Amino acid sequence: MNFSYTILIPLIPLAVFLLLGIFNKKIKPTVSGYIGVFGLLASTLLSFYTAYQYFFVIGKVDGVYQTFVEKTVWMHFTETLHIDMGILIDPISIMMLIVVSVVSLMVNIYSIGYMKGDDGCTRFFAFLGLFSFSMYGLVLATNLFQIYIFWELVGVSSYLLIGYYYTKPSAVAAAKKAFIVTRFADLGFLIGILIIGYYTGTFDFETLNNPEGSAILNWASTSFMGLSAITWALILIFIGGAGKSAMMPFHIWLPDAMEGPTPVSALIHAATMVVAGIFLVARLFPMYYFVEHGFALNIVAYVGAISSLFAAIIAITQTDIKRVLAYSTMSQLGYMMFALGVSGYDGQEGIGYMASMFHLFTHAMFKALLFLAAGSIIHAVHSNYLKDMGGLRKYMPITHITFLIAALAISGIPPFAGFWSKDEILVAAFEHNKLIYYIGVIVAGLTAFYMFRIYFGIFWGKDRKYEHTPKESPLSMTFPLMFLALISIVGGFIPFSEFITPDKAGFDAHLNYPLAAIAIGIGLTGILLAWMFYKKENNLAEKFANGFGIFYKWTCNKFYFDEFYLFVAKKIIFKRISAPIAWFDKKVVDGTMVGIGNKTVQTSEKIKGMQSGKVQDYAFAFVGGVVVLALVFIYLW
Amino acid sequence: MDIISLFIIVPLLTILVLVFTKGLKQARIISMIGSIIQFGMAINLVFAYFKERAVNDAIMVFTKDVVWYEQFNIHYNIGVDGISVALLLLTTIVVLAGVFISWKMKDLPKEFFISLIVLSIGVYGFFISLDLFMMFVFFEIAVIPMYLLIGIWGSGPKEHSAMKLTLMLMGASAVLLVAILGIYFNSNADGGPLTFNILEIAQVNIPIEAQIIFFPLTFIGFAVIGALFPFHTWSPDGHASAPTAVSMLHAGVLMKLGGYGIFRVAMFLLPEGALYWSWFFIILATIGVIYGAFAAIKQTDLKYINAYSSVSHLSLVLFALLMLNKTAWNGAIIQSLSHGFMTALFFALIGMIYERTHTRDVTKLGGLLKVIPFISVIYVIAGLASLGLPGFSGFIAEMNIFVGAFQHDNMFYRVATIISVSAILVTAVYILRVVGIMLMGPVKNEAYLNLEKVTWYEKTGILLLLIPIVGIGVAPLWLSNMILESLQPFIQGVLQ
Repeated sequence: MNFSYTILIPLIPLAVFLLLGIFNKKIKPTVSGYIGVFGLLASTLLSFYTAYQYFFVIGKVDGVYQTFVEKTVWMHFTETLHIDMGILIDPISIMMLIVVSVVSLMVNIYSIGYMKGDDGCTRFFAFLGLFSFSMYGLVLATNLFQIYIFWELVGVSSYLLIGYYYTKPSAVAAAKKAFIVTRFADLGFLIGILIIGYYTGTFDFETLNNPEGSAILNWASTSFMGLSAITWALILIFIGGAGKSAMMPFHIWLPDAMEGPTPVSALIHAATMVVAGIFLVARLFPMYYFVEHGFALNIVAYVGAISSLFAAIIAITQTDIKRVLAYSTMSQLGYMMFALGVSGYDGQEGIGYMASMFHLFTHAMFKALLFLAAGSIIHAVHSNYLKDMGGLRKYMPITHITFLIAALAISGIPPFAGFWSKDEILVAAFEHNKLIYYIGVIVAGLTAFYMFRIYFGIFWGKDRKYEHTPKESPLSMTFPLMFLALISIVGGFIPFSEFITPDKAGFDAHLNYPLAAIAIGIGLTGILLAWMFYKKENNLAEKFANGFGIFYKWTCNKFYFDEFYLFVAKKIIFKRISAPIAWFDKKVVDGTMVGIGNKTVQTSEKIKGMQSGKVQDYAFAFVGGVVVLALVFIYLW
Repeated sequence: MDIISLFIIVPLLTILVLVFTKGLKQARIISMIGSIIQFGMAINLVFAYFKERAVNDAIMVFTKDVVWYEQFNIHYNIGVDGISVALLLLTTIVVLAGVFISWKMKDLPKEFFISLIVLSIGVYGFFISLDLFMMFVFFEIAVIPMYLLIGIWGSGPKEHSAMKLTLMLMGASAVLLVAILGIYFNSNADGGPLTFNILEIAQVNIPIEAQIIFFPLTFIGFAVIGALFPFHTWSPDGHASAPTAVSMLHAGVLMKLGGYGIFRVAMFLLPEGALYWSWFFIILATIGVIYGAFAAIKQTDLKYINAYSSVSHLSLVLFALLMLNKTAWNGAIIQSLSHGFMTALFFALIGMIYERTHTRDVTKLGGLLKVIPFISVIYVIAGLASLGLPGFSGFIAEMNIFVGAFQHDNMFYRVATIISVSAILVTAVYILRVVGIMLMGPVKNEAYLNLEKVTWYEKTGILLLLIPIVGIGVAPLWLSNMILESLQPFIQGVLQ
């Protein structure tokens, strides 16, 4: 089967980017949106066609889904190491194609309405095209270096889009922060790649991931500080993934990234780019699982679980709707991470991996929906703050219903999509690691609570003082909401375990009724609590918060992570490293050089008196010289 | 007439014509025509080179050897390989862009263009020399006009800067001359005649003791112009005082003479010395990479930022050369090219911004994206290229260097590599800081609202430099193959 046409999927958005980017001035803002949408539509149709071909026309051969690779050498390093550019078609890349296509397309449509009247519109759609291109390239990557290349490109698209409102200082700062924090993590990724290249002699996923291959079998032949060098490489690569997926302690860029336009938050910072880290671990899953008996995978699990809990706690106290959603994203990403971390490899054991991908899919849909709905709300009330919203259900029925569907989905209430994927994750955790299972259950409860806290706050309660009466957004904005709501309802019935498992063979998944009951119960409890606290205006929440005292304050301040980073950046790097180096360069290094020059001039000043022009001085020097030479010859020769 | 000597003759003719011109208009037209011809020649040379390479597998092609001064066996001996072809192309592009950028040169335009072209003759001659002595002569020809160009057309404390730059480079030349003579007087080690011919000396087994003495001299002699820590301090002041086109040419091309000389002379002729000393200079180069980047964070003058960034990027070239393997060397050459285009582009843009706002202090600028969008967008692109974003030449260069360096079996080299890799983060910090302060944000000064839009000659200059950056970044294979082929004989020397 020839999948080479899939190369068009990334190339079409690239063409959109180049077209809109180069002829920025000549294309009318209104037209640019349609160019973006049609480009993405083409890519989306191709993605669905590819998925259909792959899963239903070709299907399994010998009981497993095949991997198709088309690639060409892009750059040579050595005889064995080279960067290839190509496409790798396997179940998870197909799934990611679908996710990226659907969300991208919806966001492009939505943006036509949302960005109306913005004179930088063309630039906006150009950047969206660049992002889609990079993200497609990332998910189709055939080797570590290709994924790194597109990894950096999605990073820069994110930078450009967060800083879209570039005259706003907070947006500029957020863009810079996002880029630098993720680049710090990417440093780990790059060094990990270098280590992998050195020890295994290849960057190729197929070679690396082969359970019978030398990369996996020979992990024990190297060691560095008590661990296999390959394990170190995997940990470093995971650091890269943690940076993009906003895991602790690299999460600080994500809430700030909400400075970008809301459609961007939905696309990049909720549904697609931030799952790149999870995709990376999934892509290298056989390595993570087999090398050193899954040592690195355990780290993945714990980092995921802690981030998940931590973010869910912070989400409760945030007052900006987009920031609540941002922390919620981080929390859900932690869910996917630990699901991978507790996963096995063969058959039924691979449920964690399957559940993680499943949750990635469903989460992309309902979280994009939440953000787009939030955008619709912000569009109507002109504020990001929850205190400026209330009683909106009367004015914005579509937004209200779709938001509710998404909130139910994320809270894990059946039959919405989130329930199915979350349940599988909890089953996987229950079977492999009880501690993580309990964390997962607590997070599920917290999720339902903070989600319905904002839901009740926004759509129920009293009206706020609105400058204009809020009204429902135009169809270009509500259509994506309804479409994504539809997927959030039915998405859970997709039999993921048939399609996506680590060994690519598929298995039958069954609902684990006791665990499902617990999950539903905890979700409902969360919703109930939120209802008690926030359905009507009352001071219950305040009293409750005061009960927590210092802990509440810490949570409001996001556990002071930002302050810590700021301290490192400003006080240590800027003041203690950079400034002294600049001073040292000016005073010591340059000072020495200038000093040598000045000494030369001074010396010449001093000795120039000797060249007096008086004959008797020269005669004296001459005679003196003769005498000295004579003495030297007589006594020392 | 061989096509390489033309690189000396055409500029000479240009100067000859320039002498008879009057005023800015004539001078710039003649300079432009001359540079366009050279640019065409360089393009032609690339194709001719590929054609010749297919049938000729000598180390150097298009060679020509004429005795210049018989008594000391000095020859006019020229030839090129893939590396010099690439660097010649770089030079012609930067010179042409430099002419466009100096389109409105007000003071003494004729003399300015003449000095600029003399400088470029030195560079061309250096890249095609196969004779050590001739190479040294052209090196001096390239360096001396710098004094005039900065001292006369510069700004700020220009006399001081010009003096410092010239003296430091002259000091390096003195060391270099000793080294060259040292190599010369050892070139008869196998019984042949004394010679300056690089290819012949490469066949001679210079005694290891001599190599150990002369390698560091050669290395330092060349590396001062390649901004080796701690001999880099001429660079920030020199660049800051120099007029735009001179900064472009100097950082873009002249500083590459260092790396090229080290590669052609120090590594090729003194491989044992290289093996013996590499660890020491790697320490200096690694310091330079990190140190330059950190020093750039703290600067507020755009030109200083770029100068320190050059220190960091060019230390990476030295670092890669010292790794003594093919991949890293490939990276070093590509980094030279890439940095040449990028830094020339940066200096051009800084010049344009300075001309309009009359300041280079980033803290006084702000919101330029709104008022001079073209220049600002290109500045962002150049910045992204400089911080090693894939799709631009810097990424190709850096990845070759890092992967190559990391292939070293010795732990020390791998640790040095990891330290150098971290510079990509610091680079991101100082680039984005400037972009954030200067280009984004609200417009800081009312007067900036009416800045002059970009002109056609500025656009031409910018695009000339930008296209190769993207070209190398998107399709690196042809360039990297051309360089790799030419590296083969050199790496064999080191491996034996």
